[in-house]
Amino acid sequence: MRRRPRGGWLAVAALAAALTPTLLLVTLAVLFVSAWPALVWNGLAFVSSHVWSLGNLYGGTPVVRHGFAAPAGAVYGAIPYIAGTALTSACALVLAVPVGLGVAVCLAERARGVAGDVLGFFIELIAGVPSVVFGLWGFIVLVPWIERRAGPGLAHVFGFIPFLRGPVLSGQGLLAAAIVLAAMILPLIAAVGRDALLRVPREVRDQGRALGLTDWETLRDLVLPPAVPGLVGGVILALGRALGETMAVLMVSGTGNLVPHTLFSPTTTMASAIVLDLDSAFTDATGMATAALAELAVALMVITVLVNLAVPLLGEGVSRVATMVNAGRDAR
Amino acid sequence: MRTPVRRRVGNTVMVTLAWLAVGVALFPLLDMALLVTRHALPALRWHVLTTVTQGLSGGVANAIAGSLLLVGLAAAMAIPVGVLGGTYVAERRGGAFVRGVRLAADVLAGVPSIAVGYFGYIALVQALGWGFSALAGSLALALLMLPYVVRTTDYAVSAVSDDLREASLALGADHTTTVRRVVLRAALPGILTGVMLGTGVAVGETAPLIYTASWSSFMPTAHLTHSPVAYLTYVVWTYIDQPFASAHALAYAAAFLLMVAVLALNVAARWAIRQRSSGGGGA
Repeated sequence: MRRRPRGGWLAVAALAAALTPTLLLVTLAVLFVSAWPALVWNGLAFVSSHVWSLGNLYGGTPVVRHGFAAPAGAVYGAIPYIAGTALTSACALVLAVPVGLGVAVCLAERARGVAGDVLGFFIELIAGVPSVVFGLWGFIVLVPWIERRAGPGLAHVFGFIPFLRGPVLSGQGLLAAAIVLAAMILPLIAAVGRDALLRVPREVRDQGRALGLTDWETLRDLVLPPAVPGLVGGVILALGRALGETMAVLMVSGTGNLVPHTLFSPTTTMASAIVLDLDSAFTDATGMATAALAELAVALMVITVLVNLAVPLLGEGVSRVATMVNAGRDAR
Repeated sequence: MRTPVRRRVGNTVMVTLAWLAVGVALFPLLDMALLVTRHALPALRWHVLTTVTQGLSGGVANAIAGSLLLVGLAAAMAIPVGVLGGTYVAERRGGAFVRGVRLAADVLAGVPSIAVGYFGYIALVQALGWGFSALAGSLALALLMLPYVVRTTDYAVSAVSDDLREASLALGADHTTTVRRVVLRAALPGILTGVMLGTGVAVGETAPLIYTASWSSFMPTAHLTHSPVAYLTYVVWTYIDQPFASAHALAYAAAFLLMVAVLALNVAARWAIRQRSSGGGGA
């Protein structure tokens, strides 16, 4: 029997609790309102044009459309940034999902006891490393490696696939961004997946052994199926993280404003475009450039909110582990 | 009967692959730690910690002080609100409002930090007219910390056994006293863990600060508005891109300090969760 709580602190605490949804809605509303001029001025060009240009910020006659003015020559087509976000996240998932699931299996089924605790600690620590430090590592270690070794090697062996054709250029680009992102989102997949696997009762594993199955067969046929929602939850959370990651991507992706056509193309994501363009957007006297960037922020926020809304559907356990791991540690 | 060779080999291959995955996952972390430590240790001299940045050299004292100020202010805003709100949600237990708060916290935790930063720029820097400032930057950070504190407090308080509450009520304590003196005390380790995790998030953020706190080559002032503030992550981001050894040294030094701070907060969080008092309460 659960009682209704009573007490004077309750009104204050209710207000504090209400602050979380309020701030979420205020954030969305403020971004939406400031994006409104761009939403009207751009219309469908935002999601159909391949050109993103702030136009002539220092002169020329502003172009007025539907009552809103933008600098001469301004076009805010977000397709290159949307493609950059989708491709970096997709490539990151391709790299991170198999490795993350492998780590989850290893932590849940093999590395028990102190060794498991230590391994788990380090895996979760990865989630806590600031993204600029990932960016620094990507910039100093990964990019030169792609430029000199991995890139030419890949292009040489798989060059018959258009997407993997060179030139490798500076090494900054889609591949570098995807690898850095993959390293960052791995712990989410691994820790949420491990938790899902550990929630499958021990007896299931004993049954497998009693049937004479190997550990791998037990895992594949008996332990994995009930854990699928949790494993999927980890992957969705990882996708949400990858879509919104800004700094690490910005430091290694080059700065292309074209749709990437190979794995080595420089690219810009929606998140990193906001950081890149805001300095010049300040100088736009019509204010349309900042509105267009707000439109990018709204679009990005709506996409990530939709992705994250899928997670509670997979159960309380998933979002609980996610809270901990997102911040760097699973406190079970 | 022995398991056929093909199946045993299959098993060995899969187990090896799983261990290999652990190695692949840990490699960036270890390589990163080695890289940063190797370059930071020669660079970390006393004057680097005590002088401010001058152009592309000098020290990072302004960034250390600014980071402490921003994270401190953010924690001062997010922790009381988050703990109170999380306790309410956990004690209230059900209903549409509670479900809404939990969902909002989960969603807010997934909002890209650059969106929060842009919100801070539009709403706080421009609309409220605070300018680039400690207040705008720390409020953006607080917004990112809040969902972690709410949710971890929620989990920790929810995990406190009802026996404990009933024992307290049976002894004549009213509900407020029960929550304050019994439930929160039992839930404290879990709450501390959440606080530490949330602080770790705030320490490592860059994107929400670029257009709210901006950057300053001076020590933070007593003015919380209209006075830009430096922070460590900015040093890593901009100075590693410069072609000068002095700039790189500062970037590595800042990255090293950030990694040590995150490691310390993670170890502290792990320590806190071990300090379970009777009656459960771990997150």
